[in-house]
Amino acid sequence: MPPPNIQLDDQGHLKHFLTLEGLSRELLIKILDKTEGFLGVARQAVKKVPLCRGKTVANLFFETSTRTRTTFELAAKRLSADVLTLNIAASSTSKGETLLDTLRNLEAMHVDMFVVRHAESGAAHFIAQHVAPGVSVINAGDGRHSHPTQGMLDMFTIRRHKGDFSRLTVAIVGDILHSRVARSQLAALRTLGAGEVRIIAPRTLLPAEPESLGARVFHDLREGVRDADVVIMLRLQRERMRGAMLPSEHEYFQLFGLTEERLATAKPDAIVMHPGPINRGVEMDSQVADGPRSVILEQVSNGIAVRMAVMALCIGTQNRLAQVDAHD
Amino acid sequence: MSATEIYADAAALEAVIARMGTALQDKLTQRGIIDPLMVGIHTGGVWVAERLHRILMLDEPLGVLDISFYRDDFSRIGLHPQVRPSHLPVEVDDRHLILVDDVLQTGRTIRAALNSLFDYGRPASVMLAVLVRRGWRELPIAADVTGLDLKQELDRDGSLQVKLTGPDPLALVLGHRQG
Repeated sequence: MPPPNIQLDDQGHLKHFLTLEGLSRELLIKILDKTEGFLGVARQAVKKVPLCRGKTVANLFFETSTRTRTTFELAAKRLSADVLTLNIAASSTSKGETLLDTLRNLEAMHVDMFVVRHAESGAAHFIAQHVAPGVSVINAGDGRHSHPTQGMLDMFTIRRHKGDFSRLTVAIVGDILHSRVARSQLAALRTLGAGEVRIIAPRTLLPAEPESLGARVFHDLREGVRDADVVIMLRLQRERMRGAMLPSEHEYFQLFGLTEERLATAKPDAIVMHPGPINRGVEMDSQVADGPRSVILEQVSNGIAVRMAVMALCIGTQNRLAQVDAHD
Repeated sequence: MSATEIYADAAALEAVIARMGTALQDKLTQRGIIDPLMVGIHTGGVWVAERLHRILMLDEPLGVLDISFYRDDFSRIGLHPQVRPSHLPVEVDDRHLILVDDVLQTGRTIRAALNSLFDYGRPASVMLAVLVRRGWRELPIAADVTGLDLKQELDRDGSLQVKLTGPDPLALVLGHRQG
């Protein structure tokens, strides 16, 4: 028997959201379907629903972020939760101790959910193993490992534009090696049964055995995006690079930067995505970023709805578990 | 539901809804409302509302409301398994609304629907039309127009469930909760 998935309760409902690995297609589709409902909240005069009234959500950002932090904050507020956002600089030497200490202190304030971003892979998982029962943990990005809400907002954006995943060719371009976003996208695309998944990158920005990611590998951008329905550009993660992995950003753009001309081989109705923040003139030029095929800003709006859905599902599960306990 | 029995079939229900249409028109005339907005509650309420909308020949498009995010049992059972997008095509501010649902029982659905509506704006008034009214109210909520009253002898059974199936054909089925 496989070990129980820490993310799920004994009935398979979502309790923590740490990684897309090991989650079923049914569960991913359930998240996407719920997101459709939450998308409408932004169109209400009062952009709020009362689902998580009385709950407290703590955003623990050990690594800086603007978009992810603010969209998580807005998502929690639109669910009527109270939100604390803590920007904590990561301390590498006493990481474990600092983390648990912070955690115990916040638990003493009766926090119901932690949203965690950390430079170390596995940090959110570590916290989920140590929180009190009844508290949920959501991974907002851990090292190179996983960024599951980003993965799901990308799937949601693709589904809204393209529908059925089985017919799609999806090309992911750029720094695969350091990208937790790519890892989450690849896991989700596999589970949702995408027709063909490609990764396009220089050899220095690919993991040792790129084929193990379940994708076709290309080193030429024009070839890689040929007939693609979806082109996902990744951010070049200078902060995670050690040594000379790239000659220069200029040279990177010459080979792997997306321009209208290089996009010409993709399907005419292809969409272009980027998790942000964009390095204009490095991953893509402004013409593409602001062009008609770009859905980059839509990804941001969708991100709030996806995060609302995931938070509501986790808190809903905890509510149900608390109710079961009360009757035992 | 386990064993089910049809309480009213499509023909009977269409006749009931036609009568509701007439009753609604009378109420609107009485109150001097000329251009109401109709909003159906997912899912059964939308089926009834589509028919009423046609009968009353309303100009404004029909709104649909999902009340999952406003239910009071989230704190007990979590997120409702079926969440559908709400869609109110017209601003509700200062408009006269007709809210339509299939079965009025505890009144909790209508409470949730009213809360949801008021997050879209401040309507001038809200009227309630329901296909079936039964007992067991838990909140001070009443319908302005009712299609059918469930027979008293049936309604005494608290475990009896009344469910509208559809959208085409409509049927009202009775059954008992399992377990």
